[in-house]
Amino acid sequence: MPTDHAIEIRGVVKHYGAIRAVDGLDLDVPTGTCLGLLGPNGAGKSTTLRLLTAQSIADRGEITVLGHPVPSESKQARAQMGVVPQLDNLNVELTVRQNLSIFTRLYRVPRGERRAAVDRALQQAQLTDRADSKVDKLSGGMRRRLLIARALVHHPRLVLLDEPTVGLDPQVRQELWALIDGLRAQGVTILMSTHYIEEAQRLADDVAVMSHGTLIAHDPPARLLAAHAGRSAAEFYGPPPRLAEIEALAWAAGFTTRRTGPSVSVLRAEDMPDSLADALGDGGLRRAASLEDVFVVLTGAEEA
Amino acid sequence: MTTAGSARRLRRFEPAALAGVLTHELTLFKRFWPSNTFASVVEPTIYLLAFGFGFGSLVAVVDGYRYIDFVGTGVVATSVLFTSAFTGLFQTFFRRTHQGIYDAVLAAPVDTHELVLGEALWSSLRSGVYGCAPLLVAVAFGLRPGPGVVLVPVIAFVTGLGFALFGIWLSAVIPSIDAVNYIISAVLTPLFLVAGTFFPLDRLPQWAQHLAQVNPLYHCVELVRHAVFGLRPVSDLRHLAALLVFAGVMWTLAVRKMRKRLID
Repeated sequence: MPTDHAIEIRGVVKHYGAIRAVDGLDLDVPTGTCLGLLGPNGAGKSTTLRLLTAQSIADRGEITVLGHPVPSESKQARAQMGVVPQLDNLNVELTVRQNLSIFTRLYRVPRGERRAAVDRALQQAQLTDRADSKVDKLSGGMRRRLLIARALVHHPRLVLLDEPTVGLDPQVRQELWALIDGLRAQGVTILMSTHYIEEAQRLADDVAVMSHGTLIAHDPPARLLAAHAGRSAAEFYGPPPRLAEIEALAWAAGFTTRRTGPSVSVLRAEDMPDSLADALGDGGLRRAASLEDVFVVLTGAEEA
Repeated sequence: MTTAGSARRLRRFEPAALAGVLTHELTLFKRFWPSNTFASVVEPTIYLLAFGFGFGSLVAVVDGYRYIDFVGTGVVATSVLFTSAFTGLFQTFFRRTHQGIYDAVLAAPVDTHELVLGEALWSSLRSGVYGCAPLLVAVAFGLRPGPGVVLVPVIAFVTGLGFALFGIWLSAVIPSIDAVNYIISAVLTPLFLVAGTFFPLDRLPQWAQHLAQVNPLYHCVELVRHAVFGLRPVSDLRHLAALLVFAGVMWTLAVRKMRKRLID
């Protein structure tokens, strides 16, 4: 049946022994959009991605990828998607070009198009001048770009990215963001689990927040901000007893707070009445509310 | 812009998937063929020379054959074992646990059974080629094979297929690489010693002779000797059937266990 969703997940449950890694997950990813999947460690993000490639099999529920039920037609779905794993699984004994050439075969790129496909992927990942370098001679950023290039050799309609920029320096991360943004501009559907909230905020059309295997929020970043954190936050610094006092006053007035080390932020500061601002002292340091505020409010975790 | 694989329904067994896995192996082989070839050819050849000339100086004729000819044909099986089972065991273990290469392959349109078959086919192709090396050395020392010798690569291929799958299965059974020591000492060494490679089985106790009947390497040794010195159609069909059954059983076990390891 034709659908405008590249991914449809309905009531999926996955156990590992006594651990319920995914717990009744429902998630749609519209075709041509980028969905950022956020969640604390152990929230079920990586398991969800493995379920989509049938490298993990759900105990219950239904999964459809690019119109194909998974796992029964997962091979057909995998032929049209690219996967960038969290852990580097390149063949380090081979060159960049050899790594890509092998995957043109695995992805059934027609014989006459293989060389061009490799050259295009090299160009996309800005690795053309390193095509004949052995993978173990590449920097961490280049290896990650190669992982992305490997996922793109066959013009996939869907790309799954599992923590694509984890452990990379800010400059390399920016380069990869440009690469991912370019894919989105070409109409490729992207599902990206990420540790970096800024990454989701910059790249994703929609953000889904997972916690304990379930989806606890799913909206465009702006709507999530509006619903859970407002436009601005007031940040207060002081000794722990003072921070506790500020929290108590804010809660009493119906405001949500977020503790970050030596400070406490009062969310929706734009709605703060003068009486509360006076009670809190100097009104705090104003800053724009962020998706990180939303994430912490929803999951109680300080890190995605 | 076209997406590869989108136009048609993919079958359970895709020649393209096997070709992809074999391309991976061939690419690696082009890089590492000297060391691969050295290990697979030299070790059995050393066995051949050591036993052939060592024992050969004490025992001139065994079972009606010159001892160097007896060992030269027997060591083919040893070469096949080294090329297939050891590769299947070590290489598969490291690719699965340390390199994550199989995770990458299975994210592409390749299923576990295609991956396992591709890996085993490559090992058995190498067995088919490397298995002939001891024979060539024996020829240099005076072995005069019959026309059936052309079947030796085929016998080595079929045996190699079973043992490659055996190695892949074991790689998925063992909890850590340390367990390989137990497998080499308790399984692989007895297999190649009780196969009629270096001495005839009728010198062994009755129970060991019975046990040898279920040793696939024994059937390989018998087939190779018969191919070189004269085929015996009835018993050779029995030996071939034993090797095919071994490969079939190992295929089932290897695919089942690898699927458990790779798909959670």
